[in-house]
Amino acid sequence: MISFILKRLLLTIPTIFGVIFIVMLTIELVPGDPVELMLGEHATQEAVENVRTALGLDKPLLTRYFLYLRNLTRGDMGRSIRENRLVSQEISDVWPATLKLTIAAMMIAILVGVTLGIFSAVRPGSCFDGVNRVLSLFGLSMPVFWVGLVLIVIFAYWIRLFPIGGTGSWRHLVLPAVTLSLPSIAMISRMTRSSLLEVLKEDYIRTARAKGVSEKIVIVKHALKNALIPIVTLSGLQLGQLMGGAILTETVFAWPGLGRLMVRAIFARDYILLQGAVLVFALVFVLVNLIVDISYSFLDPRVGYR
Amino acid sequence: MSKNSYSPMRAFLRHFVRNRLALVGLGIVIGLVLVAIFAHFLAPRDPTLQSLPDKRAKPGGRFILGADEFGRDILSRLIYGTRAALLVGTVSIAIALFFGIILGTTSGYFSGVVDNLIMRTIDILLAFPYLLLAIAVVSAIGPGVLNTTIAVGIWATPGFARIVRASVITIKEADYVLAAKAVGASDFRIIFNHVIPNFISPVIVYATLYMANAILVEAALSFLGLGVQPPTPSWGLMVSSGRDFLLTAPHISTLPGIAIMITVLGFNLLGDGLRDSLDPKLRNL
Repeated sequence: MISFILKRLLLTIPTIFGVIFIVMLTIELVPGDPVELMLGEHATQEAVENVRTALGLDKPLLTRYFLYLRNLTRGDMGRSIRENRLVSQEISDVWPATLKLTIAAMMIAILVGVTLGIFSAVRPGSCFDGVNRVLSLFGLSMPVFWVGLVLIVIFAYWIRLFPIGGTGSWRHLVLPAVTLSLPSIAMISRMTRSSLLEVLKEDYIRTARAKGVSEKIVIVKHALKNALIPIVTLSGLQLGQLMGGAILTETVFAWPGLGRLMVRAIFARDYILLQGAVLVFALVFVLVNLIVDISYSFLDPRVGYR
Repeated sequence: MSKNSYSPMRAFLRHFVRNRLALVGLGIVIGLVLVAIFAHFLAPRDPTLQSLPDKRAKPGGRFILGADEFGRDILSRLIYGTRAALLVGTVSIAIALFFGIILGTTSGYFSGVVDNLIMRTIDILLAFPYLLLAIAVVSAIGPGVLNTTIAVGIWATPGFARIVRASVITIKEADYVLAAKAVGASDFRIIFNHVIPNFISPVIVYATLYMANAILVEAALSFLGLGVQPPTPSWGLMVSSGRDFLLTAPHISTLPGIAIMITVLGFNLLGDGLRDSLDPKLRNL
């Protein structure tokens, strides 16, 4: 098992290098001169040259890449163009808010999604199952940003139960977290249902029932545990979905997180800040996938020996 | 041949027409395509025509679904918005299919170094969480219909490449491929005559499901101001522009959201139905 974890850890390193390269490559895609775009049309040629040299943009892409990697090992992601603050500082200021939102949404998604999936799977074809399947399809089809706006109208304006946006108490967290979790609830519920239905057909479930084990124990102890791998995989992937969705949710609810910082950087054409924000999102996603892969070997010991 | 002989196509169609939800999905998709084609005849007004005295008019009366913040007819903008959604969705998925099939087939068929190189690149692209790759691309190349289409196409390509590769790996070991190799058929001929035709149907089904996501990504980019630009009617953009009047005129933002939801639902239902009919193992899941 240890060799599996080590192998998986080593495989992550080239992916991280590749992610950094792709992020840097996006600046190369900017039509025209990114520095001129950043400083605006009134900037003097001298100012443009100075910024270009300061950002290292006068060097070839590969040289910049290795310089960026070297600086990154020291936690240096450069300085933002507009605020002239350290990108690492800007990101660490807003990162906790995104983390809080994503974790809250993830917890809601797993709790509600798995519960709905179990109830659907134990009575397939029932009224509850039908309603849950249709609602799941709606959950997957609703744009996150629109759901957020509808929830604001209902719960912040009509019922006045939660604030419209911003941050502060736990009440500020409810609407953004619920909004963000809806597509993931739908996905996890569908996956739990199908995975559990597959496992419930297995011989060992029939054996457990035949020897008189209660249905509750059969579901929770025998079936759910064996149905967990696809659910854990999906939950890991959903974290990526949630981080992407956080960009939209933070915009709707004026939540001061990394997603909003990123959108601000795009409109300010602050490519250095944007580069840092995209990189942090992607690196967290890579690490989450790594943790999910490693968790397989605990959930299913056979994985470790493959 | 006997009249009752088994035909996979007939079995597929028989199962598909029995699936009521799939038929609803097909109906929605056909309806949307017709709306997009005949938008000019269906829209009661010019979608860009402003009428400031009518700004934020409530649904009913002269404006069936009300007017937006510039007094433009929301119904007409929704009808024309179908074009942007379907155009970006279809073309971006076509781009993703094209590159996904090339990369996935090359990777799966030739294996070795080429496979490793392509798949590690795909892994890197898949390391970007949902939406982020599209945002990164569009923030670099700029907004607009064409650039949004390219960004959504790039976003969808890695997924297709992986699916195609997985199919090709199985197909290339099949007896008919080995037989074609034995009689001296070239790799190019084998790929086009034997490999691609055998994976194309499941990939097209997958494309239907991806289409739903592509429309969501386009709407999200337009909502953020990075996609389709005003005054072109786009549902995501309409949701965004109505945000400032959410409390006084909620219909400006909410109605385009319903249009997005119905469209995405249609493609999801159709894709689910096609997939279930094509793969009998999935029918009860």
